[in-house]
Amino acid sequence: MEPNSWPRFVESGSSSREFQMRHFLVLISVVLAAAGCQREERELRLDPPVAAALDRVALMPNRISGAPPDIYFALDKPYESNAFNLSQGKRLYSWFACKTCHSDGQGGIGPAFLDGWWNYGPEMVSIFASIRDGRPHGMPAFADKMTTEQIWQLAGYVQTIGAYSAKTGAPSRNDEKHTRPSENRAPAAILFDQGPTPVRPDQGPTP
Amino acid sequence: MIPGLKPAAFVMASSLTLAGCSGWQSALDVHGESAISLKQLIVLIVIVCSIVWALVMIALILALARKRGRREFPLTVNASTERRMAISVGAAVAATVIIITAFSVLSFFTTRALSVAGSDDLTIKVRGLQWWWGIEYFGSTPDQRFETANEIHIPVGRKVRLQLEGLDVIHSFWVPSLAGKQDLIPGRPNELTIRAERAGVYRGQCAEFCGLQHAHMAFFVVAEEQGVFDEWVRLQRQGASAAPDDEARAGQQAFMSRQCAACHTIRGTAARGATGPDLTHVGSRKTIAAGLLETTRGSLAAWIADPQTLKPGNNMPMVALSPDELRAISAYLAGLK
Repeated sequence: MEPNSWPRFVESGSSSREFQMRHFLVLISVVLAAAGCQREERELRLDPPVAAALDRVALMPNRISGAPPDIYFALDKPYESNAFNLSQGKRLYSWFACKTCHSDGQGGIGPAFLDGWWNYGPEMVSIFASIRDGRPHGMPAFADKMTTEQIWQLAGYVQTIGAYSAKTGAPSRNDEKHTRPSENRAPAAILFDQGPTPVRPDQGPTP
Repeated sequence: MIPGLKPAAFVMASSLTLAGCSGWQSALDVHGESAISLKQLIVLIVIVCSIVWALVMIALILALARKRGRREFPLTVNASTERRMAISVGAAVAATVIIITAFSVLSFFTTRALSVAGSDDLTIKVRGLQWWWGIEYFGSTPDQRFETANEIHIPVGRKVRLQLEGLDVIHSFWVPSLAGKQDLIPGRPNELTIRAERAGVYRGQCAEFCGLQHAHMAFFVVAEEQGVFDEWVRLQRQGASAAPDDEARAGQQAFMSRQCAACHTIRGTAARGATGPDLTHVGSRKTIAAGLLETTRGSLAAWIADPQTLKPGNNMPMVALSPDELRAISAYLAGLK
């Protein structure tokens, strides 16, 4: 047999391009994976002037709704979807005995949060004002028990309990039994969902 | 290079390293019943293993150094050589079995002898929290119970039963000079018995990673003679002493009216918070913030003024106090002996 009739491995240009392509894909996925290392920022220490500014909410005359201070937006609304702040809020919810009146959110002596019905509106400012200054019919003021930062953290968490739409951040899980839908699942929206409409509404029990 | 410097440096470095093994937090500088028996066990095991290792090394080196003798024919069997080989292999196997069995039996009995306390021994509840230790003492009647933080006083030469409980995440209680580790697990009470053989202060710390400030979660065990201990208990059971001067009185006033009282208890006053450490006798404790700073008026003021810079992430909030309030509160707390 002639040596040049042996089947030869042909090094074609296309396979080297494939090789380059694969390198490129690997590089891209490494860069994307590294980007995943970017984690949520925890603001552990609030500068005193910032805390003082955060306390100056502008409420409507009837103390329902209003506007948070400018710094709240400058900080990018840190108490609504930051998981660390929500977790701290959840801790404060049990530390300051909110459960005594509001239970796990289903209410008791105090009104429920889970039903999605907010006596003073679902805005953060209203919840903040309710905790800080108290409300008629028994809600005590916590201004002299909690710092401004803590009140904002707690307000963010309370809003989550009765949220209509799910947030991207979630507080830590319960250590005890779950007695209601998790905070990050927009519990209030689930409660309003009536389920599928029956084909024959005149037959059988309505959901 | 100066000859002899290298060995000298080596000797110095190793003696410095060994010096690190003594002190108030060392598993090699033992003063507790459990720690002593554990140390004896580990020293015995290390010695026996070192001897075995040395013997094995000698045998290997000899085998490497020796030349193989000439043999007429590989299958020729010399009866006396065969017997010698059988005896040495048999002896090595027998020694291994005996040593490992002895280690197992010793280890079993040492472990069983640990953590045994009678029902009438002193019982203390230790709660692990992020990032400090809550300590609770009991008495024959409910009004004799009291709480303190980060400092456990025990009588010398008596067994003390510690009931360990984690309240948020898993922590681990470890005083190397007195006993081994025991975890504090939420929802699963654990027990550990310690007994100090010598009066002294022993440092311990959390030995299970528990979050940002795991490294700043230390505590002290103070072992005292029975009389001193009884006097300490008598003092701790009492409420806080009355503020001695105007500044301390102003401090007490500020403490009660500001956020402090919502989390801290000072027995004998209106402060009834339960989520922070009990401060009734904070001035009598060696350190504040779980071993972070020595208890002085200055460190108390620094801690209250900016806890998040000294121990980032801890649950003590920065309360906006006026300079006068800060001065008064620190004077009041430092005076709570």
